[in-house]
Formats: sequence, C-alpha cells, structure tokens
Amino acid sequence: MKHRADLAFRIVALSTLVFALITLAALVFDVVADGAGRLSWQFLTSLASRKPEEAGIYHALAGSIWVILLTGALAMPLGVAAAVYLEEYGTRSRAARFIEINIANLAAVPSIIYGLLGLGVFVRVMGMGRSVMAGACTLALLALPVVILSTREALRTVPSTIREGSYALGATKWQTIWHQVLPMAMPGILTGLILSLSRAIGETAPLITIGALTYIPFAPDSVWSPFTVLPIQVFNWVSRPQSAFKENAAAGILVLMALLLAMNAIAVFLRDRLQRQGRS
Amino acid sequence: MRTRRIEWVIEHALFLCAALSVLTTAGIIIVLAVETFEFLREVPLLEFLTGTEWTPLFANPRFGVMPLVAGTLLVSAIAMAVALPMGLLSAIYLSEYAPDRVRRVIKPALEVLAGVPTVVYGYFALMFVTPLLQRIFPQMSGFNALSPGIVMGIMILPLVSSLAEDAMRAVPRGLREGSYALGATQMQTALKVVVPAAFSGITAAFILAVSRAVGETMIVAIAAGQQPRLTASPFVPLETMTAYIVQVSLGDTPQGTLEYRTIFAVGMLLFLMTFGLNLVSTWLRERFREEYT
Repeated sequence: MKHRADLAFRIVALSTLVFALITLAALVFDVVADGAGRLSWQFLTSLASRKPEEAGIYHALAGSIWVILLTGALAMPLGVAAAVYLEEYGTRSRAARFIEINIANLAAVPSIIYGLLGLGVFVRVMGMGRSVMAGACTLALLALPVVILSTREALRTVPSTIREGSYALGATKWQTIWHQVLPMAMPGILTGLILSLSRAIGETAPLITIGALTYIPFAPDSVWSPFTVLPIQVFNWVSRPQSAFKENAAAGILVLMALLLAMNAIAVFLRDRLQRQGRS
Repeated sequence: MRTRRIEWVIEHALFLCAALSVLTTAGIIIVLAVETFEFLREVPLLEFLTGTEWTPLFANPRFGVMPLVAGTLLVSAIAMAVALPMGLLSAIYLSEYAPDRVRRVIKPALEVLAGVPTVVYGYFALMFVTPLLQRIFPQMSGFNALSPGIVMGIMILPLVSSLAEDAMRAVPRGLREGSYALGATQMQTALKVVVPAAFSGITAAFILAVSRAVGETMIVAIAAGQQPRLTASPFVPLETMTAYIVQVSLGDTPQGTLEYRTIFAVGMLLFLMTFGLNLVSTWLRERFREEYT
C-alpha cells in the first residue's frame, strides 16, 4: 500500500517533466508547421514590405548580426576585466564585496528596465539616437552580469599551481594573469560569452523601449544607423491582424532559432577545440 | 619601478571595469527617479498609486496605476500556479528519484526551454494555446490573461526546478538515511524531510520566479492585449505594467511630455517591486547556506 502511493507519486513527478518537454515539442512543431512553407531564399534576402508575400527578413537579420557583434565587442573586454578584478585582485576588499552584491542584483533586474536606462542615458543624454550603437550599449549592460559570472567560473578552474609557478619564475601578477591564467581560462570564457550573447539576441523589450524601429526598409550600414532586429520584426508581424503576416512571423522565428542553434554550436565547437589545444 | 607602475595602472583600470556595475545600478535609479519626480509634480502620488483608471493617452487622461498592477499580478499569479507545483515536483524527481542517465538527458532539455526567446513564447501563447483554451472556455477572448499566464509558467519552470533542485541536493545525506532507517518510503522522505529541510532555499527560488514573472514583457505584450482593466477574470483582455511600457515605446510619444514620463513612473514601480522580491530571495538563500555549513 505504502509502496503503491510511492510509485504513484514518482509517476506524477516524472509526468510534470514530460509535460514540460511535450510543451517544448508542441512549440517547435507549431512554429515549423506555420512557418516552414514561407521560408525561402526570397524571404531571407528581401526587405520589409507592406505586402506579406513580398516581405522578407534580410534587414532584421542584418540588424541582429550588427547589434550582437557590437554587443560582444563591448561586453567581452569589460566583463572579463571586471571578472579578473573580482577573482584575482579584490577578493577580500569591501569594495569588491559591494560590487559582487550589486552584480547579483543587476542580474535579476527585468530587461525592460535596462531599456528605460538605455533610453534615458544612451539615446537622450549621450545623443546616440535610436542607433545600432545605443542598442548594443544597452544589451552589453544587460549581458555583463552573466559574462562576469561565467568568466569568474572559468578563472576559478585554473589551478593555483599555475599561478605559483609563474610567480616563482619572477613574473608579476599581471604577467601571470595575461600569459598564464587568461589563455587557460579562454575556452570557458568564450563559451560563457557566446551563451550570454545568444540570450541577448532574443531580447526584444529593451530594444523596443530604446526605440528600435518596427518598420524599416533597409539594413544598417554603420553603427549609427537606425535598425531593427529579428525578434522585433517577429513581434511586429505577430501584432498585425492579417494571417499572412503571422506566417511571416513563424518563418522569422525559424530564422531566429536557427541563428541561436548556430551560436550554441559555435560555443560547443570552440570549447572542444580550445580544450584540446590546451591539453597538447 | 616601471613595471610596478604599470601593475598599479592595470589593477585600477580593472577595478573601474568592475565598478561599472555600480554605475549601472546608479544610472537605473537616477534615470527612473528623475522622470518619476517630474511625473509626480503633475500627478499626486496617492492618485497614481490608488487610482483605478489608467487612460494616459486619452483626451481626458487619468493616471491610476491600479489596473496595470492588477493585470501584472493576475498574470503572474497564473504563471506561479503553473510553475510552482510543477517546478517543485520536477525538482523532487530530479533530486530524489532520477537516475544519472535520465538527469543527463532532462537537464539540458530544460535549459533549452529556458533559452527560447520570449517573443517566441508570445507567438506560441497567441497562436496555439489561446485557440486550444477557447475550445474549453468558449467565452474566452482572443487576448486574455490565462494563456500568457500558463505559457509564462512553463517558461519559468526551469528556473524554479533548477534552483529548488540545488536547494534539495544541499540537504545532507544523513537526514535522508535517518528517515529511511525509521522505515519511511522515498516519497515520505522527500516530502516530509527533504522539502522542509530545504524550505528556505525553495522559497527563495519561488520568490525569484515571481520577480521574473512580474518583469516578463513580450509574452503579455503579444497575448494579453492592451486594455488596462481592473479585473480578476482570466478570460478578458487586460494590460500589464511591462506591456504598457512597450505600447508607449512603439508609438511616437515626444520626450518631455507627461505621457512620456508615465513609462518611467511605471518602470520605477516595476523596479521597486522586483528589487524588493530579489532582496528577500537573496536573504533567504544566504540564510539557507548558513544552516548547512
């Protein structure tokens, strides 16, 4: 009797997990069923249009790639520098402890709040306008807590004997970090960076808030261009009443998911490759 | 001598990068506070917080934020009604029952669920879940609180599950063995020993999940509608605080107007709500860590 209750409980607990995974499968199936028919070379290379059958995703895809490359270029040096400070220098100081608490809090701030920050600081005060640069700065601030966290974890995996060996040979602290610690931690750092960028590429709300356009008939040609990104284009199409635009939205989601998969694949590939180099 | 100076410069440059996070927090608070202050010079605080009509874009504007807060809380409550029991049950399964082989398959799959962009969940709620629910509840409108709430719950489930699982795994083995020795089954041990022992850690996970639900934007912007409405019905269109900020950002509201400032005032309220929840969650987790070290 007791064991029958136990078995029933075990099945109920497992079925919640199965239900969650079935939902994921339904989501993927639904998007593929709605959007696969619309996916074509024409869709990938055409610009936005008021006619659903002529509209494409090229401008948004280009916008997403511009924004994400710039976000990475901003977030990586800043995030790694901050992580190196917290992990290698300021481990015991009160300032470092305060910064740590602060970063943990920032990681839980809703992304739309970062959008309001970007609107107030980058778009208005710094006068960047609704540009790729303003979008990338906003997303870089949003990604920083995650980049810092994953970099610190990567730094922690470097054994202390490496540092001590380097000091014993007369290297300074920075020489040790630059020539020994960072190269060893690089696979972990890059993986964390790419994973945090693959989060950022799906972010919609902060970019809408800073005023990324929802209808834009061209791809950006500099960091000061106005822009739109894949998720905003999807949102724009979803909000239109015509069902033909909904098909476009589903096809746009497929492009977005393909980009995410590609980024994750690159992360895994880089990690494996660099790990093998590190060993040899 | 020169090397030492370079070392000094590098250390302080690194410190400045780390301090950027403090600047970010300060920036958020200053930007929100300045515009909220300007907003409150024209709309009394009491009217803002207790008013039951939110029509800032109408000719005769009213600035009572209650409908937006109520909409946010209703959708969050539905999301938690899904994420809380399911997250806890899956955490119990993963921590107490699952063989390593199964864990290695299920955990990455849950991470995929957490990595899906929110705009995709919005599409799924509007185009798949709402029509499905309309077959069960024919009176349900195309925009409603129920469908985005459920989808949001599933989106948050991995967060609840993995944090709660971490808390349960931190419970010492000895407690479980003691319970088995007294003749308890696995279920009794899980529910009456492990869950209570990990209680503050699990609560911290729930609170963090509420904070995530309150701040979630795209699912509700797509599937819940844009009609501020003070209601407890999950079947009618409403608007959340986050969806309102999106709605105004999409329009072309000129800077410096009262309508423009409303999004900062609503943002400030949102920031304070999530910040309070995060503080409680952190405090609970710290306490939990102390219990077992």
